[in-house]
This record gives sequence, structure tokens and C-alpha cells, in this order.
Amino acid sequence: MDSHTVAAQTAETAHAEHEHPAFLRHHFESVEQQRESATFGMWLFLLTEIMFFGGLFCAYLIFRNWYYPAFVAGSHSLHLWAGTLNTTLLIISSFTMAMAVHASETRVRKALIGWMIATIILGSGFLCVKAYEWHDEWVEHHVPGLNFSPQGFLHGTKDYPDDKLSLDMAEKTQVYFSLYFAMTGMHALHMIIGVSLLTILLIQAWGGKYVEGHVAPIENFGLYWHFVDIVWIFLFPLLYLISRHQ
Amino acid sequence: MEEQHHHHLHMPGPSEPTHHEEHIVSPKLYLVIGATLLIFTGITVGASLIDLPGDLNAVVALAIACIKMTLVVLFFMHVKYSSQLTKLTVAAGFFTFIVLITMTMTDYISRAWGRW
Repeated sequence: MDSHTVAAQTAETAHAEHEHPAFLRHHFESVEQQRESATFGMWLFLLTEIMFFGGLFCAYLIFRNWYYPAFVAGSHSLHLWAGTLNTTLLIISSFTMAMAVHASETRVRKALIGWMIATIILGSGFLCVKAYEWHDEWVEHHVPGLNFSPQGFLHGTKDYPDDKLSLDMAEKTQVYFSLYFAMTGMHALHMIIGVSLLTILLIQAWGGKYVEGHVAPIENFGLYWHFVDIVWIFLFPLLYLISRHQ
Repeated sequence: MEEQHHHHLHMPGPSEPTHHEEHIVSPKLYLVIGATLLIFTGITVGASLIDLPGDLNAVVALAIACIKMTLVVLFFMHVKYSSQLTKLTVAAGFFTFIVLITMTMTDYISRAWGRW
């Protein structure tokens, strides 16, 4: 009898001694304890994400204070309808994701798959609107370092005829757009990762997983998805709204 | 009773409960929270178009964002129904974040007066 056979037999005997679902790892007492540990770990990860985005928000606040007219004019150049539409899409996708977790908890396979597909569609819709906006900003020469031109901020615009900045201040709109692309870009990267992960989870759910009591992966993905929603909940007013009335 | 006793033999030290009670939030509540979030989105867009005195536009927009975040964290992210461990983790994280932001801003506004 070689060592492999012994190891295999020991593992088999060990399993025979305590019946448990295949997804319950041996170092956990129960499925609940495993789920609680996973939630704890997920929240610790999300806290590092808060610090990461928090640094960008902090930079935005300070530079907005510094180059205030440039930030107001830069904000005016965004499409309010696109920001509002994207906020709506993300909030609905958070709802559909919460329903997916509910379907996993109540073990309804068809509902789980349906809500996951809805979330993927809404998340992809968000990315499409975002891509449209970025394309528009490229056309308008608002991309610092690649094709920026201050011309659009010197003579006022159709909607904001008073947006007549000095050449020096018009150049400073690049600070606004740098932060805009950094923040919406990092947010969109999180969305792309989210849609990709959700597609993998969907394929696994299609095969019958996550409706047998193994909720943790769906629940933790939900936490990630809602976190990305929260980041947008703050990006939307800061980038689109707070200078709108001026 | 016998089974429970056996169970505790495996756990070293005091057996503080580490897992949360299974609590499934109803779809109805999710729908109410989702609708409330959309209504607040409408309010914040509407408020941004009105010229409010001073910095009130920014204050209103960020206050509404904070309300929306709280609803998402408590209900969609289940923190309201989570264990003390999860609640403490979330609270400690937000507290640390606020300390970091406050200290940075305190440093920023207290130097180079009149030069920005």
C-alpha cells in the first residue's frame, strides 16, 4: 500500500466521520461560521477600497477649492442626463443584485439566474453610457495629456454663456478632467471586474450551484456590487451636480 | 441536548457566538429601499438646478448621498441584520476614514494662508 492510497483512505474515513456539505471547508465549525468569516473578510477588503477611493475624493475636494472656476466650468461640460441615467441604472442593478442574493437564500434557481442576468445587463448598460460620455469628451478635446484644448472654456458655451475663463484658468480644467477620468475610470474598472465575476458566478449558478445553501459567494459579490454603487452615489453629485446651478 | 454538549467539546475557550442569525430580508423591503433611492436621486437632481444660498447646494447634494449610502449599507448590504462583528468592522472602517479625511483637511486649511 503506497502513501497515496493511505492518504486517500484516511481522507475517506475522515469524511465518513462527519457528514457535511461539500462547500463547507474543514476548518469551519458550521456553514454559518464559514459565511460569517467570509462576510468579515469581504468587509475588510471593502474598507481598503473605501480608503483607496477616499484618497481620490480628498484630492477632488482640495483641487476644487483651489481651481474653483475651472471645476465649475468642467462640471458644466458633463451631460446631466447621462449621469442621472447611470445613477438610475446602478440603483436598479443594486436592487436586482439584492434580489439575486434573496433567490440564493431561498434556493430558487430560476430566480437566481434571472436576477443575475438582469444585473449584468444593467451593469453593461451603465458602461455603455459611460463609454458614450468618454467618447463625447474625446470629441470635445477634454482629455488631458491626449487631446486637450482649453478653447471650449474661453468664450462661454450654449448652455452656460458666462463660462468665460481666462486662458490660465481654462488650462486648469485639465485638473478637473484628470480627476474626472481617474475617478470614473477606476469606478468603471470596478464595474468591468464586477460584470466579469458575475458572469462566472452565473455560469456556475446555471450548473446548479448556490441554491443548495452555499450563499456566501453570491452574498459577497453582492457586497462588492453595492459598494461600487455607493462610490457612484458620491461621484454623481461631486462631478455632475454641485456646480450645476451656477 | 446531548448533541449540543458534544458540539461544544470541539470549541476551545468560551463559546461566544460568532455567527449571525439567518435573516432573509423580504423582496418587498428591497423594493421599498430601491424606490426610495430612486426618489432621492430625483430630489438631488432637482435640488442641483435651484440656486441655493452659499454652499448649500453642495451640502444638500452630499447629505442626500449620505442618506442613500446609509440605506444601501443597512438594507442591501444587510448590515442592519448582521452580527456585532460585522457592525463593528463597518463602523470602525468609516470612523477611520472620517479621521483620515478630517486630519488631511485640517492640515490643508491650516497652511499657506492667503496663497490659495
